[in-house]
Amino acid sequence: MIDSNAHLTHRGLTGIRGPLVFVRKTGNVGLNHRVEVVTGDGETRLGRVVAIDQDQVVVETFQGTDGLALGKSGVRFLDEPIMLDVGKGMLGRVFNGVGEPLDGGPAINPDKRMRIDGSSINPVRREPPTEFIETGFSAIDALNSLVRGQKLPVFSGSGLDHNRLATHIARYARLPGQDEDNFAVVFGAIGVTYEVADQFRREMEDFGALERIVLYLNLASDPSAERLLTPRMALTAAEYLAYEEDRHVLVILTDITNYCEALREVSASHGEIPSRKGYPGYMYSDLASLYERAGRIIGRKGSITQVPILTMPNDDLTHPIPDLSGYITEGQIVLDRDLQRRNIFPPIKLLPSLSRLMSDGIGEGLTDPDHPAQAQQLYAIYAQAHRIRLLSSVVGEEGLSDIDRKILQCGQQMDTRFIQQQNKRRDLAETMAIGWQLLSSLPDEALSRLSDAQIARHIIPLRDA
Amino acid sequence: MNKATLFWINGPVVKARPSAGFAMKEAARIGEAKLAAEVIRLEHDAVTLQVYEDTTGLRPGVKVVGEGAPLTVELGPGLLGKMFDGVQRPLDKMAEAHGDYVTTGVHISGLDRDRNWTFAPAIVAGTRLCGGGVLGVVQETPALEHKILLPPQLRGKITWIANAGEFTVEEPIARITDEQGVEHPVTMMQRWPTRTPRPFAKRLRTERPLITGQRVLDTFFPAAKGGVCALPGGFGAGKTILQQTIAKWCDADIIIYIGCGERGNEMAAVLREFPELDDPRTGRKLLERTIIIANTSNMPVAARESSIYTGITMAEYYRDQGLHVALVADSMSRWAEALREISGRLEELPAEEGYPSYLPSRLAEFTERAGYVHTLENEEGSLTVITAISPPGGDFSEPVTAHTRRFVKSLWALDTARAQARFYPAIHPLDSYSEYAAQLAPWWRKKGGLRWEARRDRMIQLLQEQARLERLIRIVGRDALPAVERGLLVCADVLVEGFLRQSAFSEQDRYCPPEKQAAMLGVIDQLLDSVEQAVNSGMDPDKLIGLPILRRLKRMGDDIENTNLTALETLSQDLERTISELSND
Repeated sequence: MIDSNAHLTHRGLTGIRGPLVFVRKTGNVGLNHRVEVVTGDGETRLGRVVAIDQDQVVVETFQGTDGLALGKSGVRFLDEPIMLDVGKGMLGRVFNGVGEPLDGGPAINPDKRMRIDGSSINPVRREPPTEFIETGFSAIDALNSLVRGQKLPVFSGSGLDHNRLATHIARYARLPGQDEDNFAVVFGAIGVTYEVADQFRREMEDFGALERIVLYLNLASDPSAERLLTPRMALTAAEYLAYEEDRHVLVILTDITNYCEALREVSASHGEIPSRKGYPGYMYSDLASLYERAGRIIGRKGSITQVPILTMPNDDLTHPIPDLSGYITEGQIVLDRDLQRRNIFPPIKLLPSLSRLMSDGIGEGLTDPDHPAQAQQLYAIYAQAHRIRLLSSVVGEEGLSDIDRKILQCGQQMDTRFIQQQNKRRDLAETMAIGWQLLSSLPDEALSRLSDAQIARHIIPLRDA
Repeated sequence: MNKATLFWINGPVVKARPSAGFAMKEAARIGEAKLAAEVIRLEHDAVTLQVYEDTTGLRPGVKVVGEGAPLTVELGPGLLGKMFDGVQRPLDKMAEAHGDYVTTGVHISGLDRDRNWTFAPAIVAGTRLCGGGVLGVVQETPALEHKILLPPQLRGKITWIANAGEFTVEEPIARITDEQGVEHPVTMMQRWPTRTPRPFAKRLRTERPLITGQRVLDTFFPAAKGGVCALPGGFGAGKTILQQTIAKWCDADIIIYIGCGERGNEMAAVLREFPELDDPRTGRKLLERTIIIANTSNMPVAARESSIYTGITMAEYYRDQGLHVALVADSMSRWAEALREISGRLEELPAEEGYPSYLPSRLAEFTERAGYVHTLENEEGSLTVITAISPPGGDFSEPVTAHTRRFVKSLWALDTARAQARFYPAIHPLDSYSEYAAQLAPWWRKKGGLRWEARRDRMIQLLQEQARLERLIRIVGRDALPAVERGLLVCADVLVEGFLRQSAFSEQDRYCPPEKQAAMLGVIDQLLDSVEQAVNSGMDPDKLIGLPILRRLKRMGDDIENTNLTALETLSQDLERTISELSND
């Protein structure tokens, strides 16, 4: 990494602590600017200026401080923030966590250099997302619809099938009835094992979609501070693909939990006052600087849709990582161990799952006019069935009223007939047909979310049949 | 002007020296880009500032220039219908000048300097006027006549007032000579420091409700005009939708919507939706009475801290014109986190969960700016504050929720379990409360009949009873309950499904006028009476289950037109007849 405007190597290292390097103060450093840390034998590593003190500059290094020595190593302060070279031919390539090619190919011939931190989109220039994306999964399409420009994370747990879900979404997600050629997938692996990254690559290869994806890999064995850069590299590439090449980009980031662990590690070495569970107080803002890069911009053709994956420590939905994410993202898809044990795929736990942008993307003129009412009704029945199941575990099924028994049955069938689909893709029409079928087993009084007209249109013909 | 040199930079917090001449809360500009900043700490050898913009690239050695005055907002015609960031930069103008992204070093004033407004004087030269007196009016939007007031600090004799005509906000429209004989030009624009409450004549006891059109709020947990309400709830509990619903339909004259550290797409949706929606009272577009302050989660954290003050100062300014203003802040937790982040970088000793010890006093200072007042002109005006809180993990014992509870009189607790069942608004009727209910009862008696209070109390008791019975059922089963109690459960189910539930997306039911709320309450009261009577005369309440009339009751909000109160009467009569037939079988 040789840069024409690189300054002379500065040898005033005064201390090294964890990923931080302390350098004697010099005038010509800018906050957040790029730093090259030069080891004794001339190797350079990437860093950035994180604070400027009374008499020293604090540099955060992303590629480890092993082997650095106070006397022999030096730093070069550069005149710009960390940038990524972007240009044609990024699709189909594999890069490491700091954006260097891993596939033996040449470096990208840059059209542009973009700041990896991105900038906040001016809210008045945002195009509100309204285009429904059909993922092929009933539990998502009918009940937690994804729209273009949304950020909809998967809250999972270790050992659950989130990667399989993500690859299927990456492959099958499209506008209903269209198979476009301007979609792209950016996959950012953050601290995952080689196997996970490789499996994603192979599955996309099986789908014949390898030329549509870009991979940024920070593996579990790579330095943890580097994880702070990887999602930013991936998102910067996505912004180039979306806004310069007019593509609809799906960004899959896995695993955000590893990112947050790295954030905590670096924060601790700064000696910052921690908030919950030792995570830094600014974790909300920091995560927002990633998630908020999803969206659409008025007058630009492309879009960025994010499906970040995070594994909830101990399957705990109130842990700071899923909790803060849930406050920023536009909903969440929660996976469930119980459903997975029952071999239901995708193992989506309906009750805590939610898509906030769903109401803007479905209904009259967008999907099906009765889509919102059906979703409301299915959810209400599923929640009632859940409550009745608890009740019947105490009083026994005989203690239930007739209508309660029917609701319970309908709820159980939602697991086995609606959520369950293994690898078979369903379009929205098929999904909704199953939905009406399930609801038709119930009497009118249980269907208070449907209007009389909706019952006449969808339910009565099925009951008669 | 005071100058100092930067020597210490840590995120949005910077230090410079020497500190001589700077004052606390003074606004300042940093470096060539003139980044906006504010003095937050003074020591003998250093001045500490928080910077309202991205500090990337800031270097030691650059100059800090004090402005000699605290951070102010510009007040005058031209605020309505606009979206500003946390330090009142108009985001549409910023986009025109700088493109799709928020950039640093942008200097666009809050009020448009070039726009002409048609001013009509309300007084003649020679009039003696005190601060807050009306000089004239401007039709700011078709929905609002904006009163041009004499700034509060001025008083004296008007020596000149402009004739009706077109003026920009910087052109003098009057001159006033104060008691010392000094003449001051007066423009339509005034500047006011954001952290100082604007003065009024007298605080009044609030006796008028802020009608939101949401049954569970208006009937059970009402907000008062001039009151303070809080809305805590975990993620996905429906805070934002409820806040937006209130902003859309509440009967305030002016809405200030503050997106404090929230999602960009949501702000875009508000901006897309509000110009299209009609205000049910004026028939004009909702955006014409709305000001949006948007400081999304990825915008600078210090500006987020400042955004609520920018918003509430604007709110006070419209209140001073004798208007009813509702301020909706989403979310105060993000504001508190901004406070915590700045405090952490100042290395202050933290109190609970890393929050600074002054969190509760700052919260109280903010919420106390709400109130129902006599303005300086002796007109009635009000400022209602409705805040959302996002407790980590949905835990209401955390510091921001706990402290907020101390300062609000109406608490709308959102319940994750209800939201997960897609039951909206997901307000938990037993965990929520409103201390305004008693003082608003006279108003409701006028709207909803003399028995309104008794009915409301009866319904709250019914909900309490329902919770108790459901606990009991989990132990003994439903069949073991006596007939009276099974009857109550049928009624409670109708109350919950037919009255408490209300869809924000239904064309009809998204706004329920108070008259209809009272009538619906009457129908359910009737149901309770009829069922009680029938059961006492020996009817099995299980016969009620599955009756088509119950389905009609549960859907009355959606199926019966808001203005068609006779349909509710018919429903009530049908109900009485059906149940008496049933019990005679």
